[in-house]
Amino acid sequence: MIPGSFDYHRPKTVDEAVALLGQYGEEARAIAGGHSLIPMMKLRLAAPEHLIDLGKIEALRGISRDGDTIVIGATTTQAELIASPVIASNLPILIETAMLIADPQIRYVGTVGGNVANGDPGNDMPALMQCLGADYVLKGASGERSVAARDFYEAAYFTALEDGELLTSIRIPLPPAGCGWAYEKLKRKVGDYATAAAAVMLKLHGGACSFASIALTNVGDTPLLAAEAAEALVGSSLDKSAIDAAVAAAEAITNPASDGRGPAEYRTRMAGVMLRRAIARAKNRAA
Amino acid sequence: MAKTHVKMTVNGKEIEALVEPRTLLIHFIREELELTGPHIGCETSHCGACTLDIDGKSVKSCTMFAVQANGADIRTIEGMAEADGTLHPLQDAFREMHGLQCGFCTPGMITRAYRLLQENPNPSDEEIRMGISGNLCRCTGYQNIVAAIRLAAERMNGTQNWEAAE
Repeated sequence: MIPGSFDYHRPKTVDEAVALLGQYGEEARAIAGGHSLIPMMKLRLAAPEHLIDLGKIEALRGISRDGDTIVIGATTTQAELIASPVIASNLPILIETAMLIADPQIRYVGTVGGNVANGDPGNDMPALMQCLGADYVLKGASGERSVAARDFYEAAYFTALEDGELLTSIRIPLPPAGCGWAYEKLKRKVGDYATAAAAVMLKLHGGACSFASIALTNVGDTPLLAAEAAEALVGSSLDKSAIDAAVAAAEAITNPASDGRGPAEYRTRMAGVMLRRAIARAKNRAA
Repeated sequence: MAKTHVKMTVNGKEIEALVEPRTLLIHFIREELELTGPHIGCETSHCGACTLDIDGKSVKSCTMFAVQANGADIRTIEGMAEADGTLHPLQDAFREMHGLQCGFCTPGMITRAYRLLQENPNPSDEEIRMGISGNLCRCTGYQNIVAAIRLAAERMNGTQNWEAAE
């Protein structure tokens, strides 16, 4: 369980980090908390020749509000997210989700940027970022670009992030005022990836659902935005038939693997159960 | 692959060393510094036996490179007791409440519980259980570990209202 050898770089600025990533291309990996990368390196599934440690780059850290957007620096840890008053008052669903990730030790070290950029379909933040309509800011030698979370994930561990690019921050638009929210995750034990999980944001207006957004975790190669499921809720009173239609639409887009968490059919059904529970809790929280 | 210079404080002592970048922190602590209290259990960041207190955070040191700890202030189980050998209240409470059997998980449990009580000096049993959910114990069934942490918290707060079962 010893990783292969590599050269270690400790840049102090984003520009230095981007320059190193550009210089070494596919031979380099950025490391923040390392709790996804180091296990892969121990198994020699990843063997970067150059490791670019982002830990000393203060500009990548922290949470702020920029007008109607919440900005989360890439190396902000899950624990910092959980403790953030800005997140608690504007996007409490992030805290509910982060609390379901791994365990306390890992949340002290694991970063939000690593969770979204790694492309592991088991990670929880990617589906939530799709649900919230977040954008990822990517910086490379030729400048900065923004990619929607909904366009970022291509397949397991394949994302829109190019060699030489660094995810620097996540920008999340403030949800409509009075939105209800919930992240429901089925897992076998603390620290497990989801058997299935669902993120829901919805708004009620005069007893009817006026806005809904839904995404699913770990029931496909990528996080899944369940747009048709959300459409099935909008305009309804969130009655049983609307929820049944949303659950059916969500289940229809899943394509989970059969693995230790259960056969594919079971995981698809559990995605539906998680969605049903998340809708119920989000409805209760909607103003 | 060039060795990298690191400087850190471990149990109050300044340490400087040259390390190969791929050296995991737990190996550096155990093999270079000869602090063998923190254990290597699963090596996959599940079991928590290698937990160290690093800059006010509980960290699984099997999943961190020693070079990442450059500049850090680290405490291991060896740094819990006072210089004269007086045990930390957590160590006393684990002994009194039978919070261990084989003892393999204990250094990680106590190091983790130390940080938990720094952040939440009066946790509920539920908060204790969530707080140590990244530490596995295969002997005790956790009951006595939770009781030990609760007793230590009460003593540290001066609110102990029942006697430990000796």
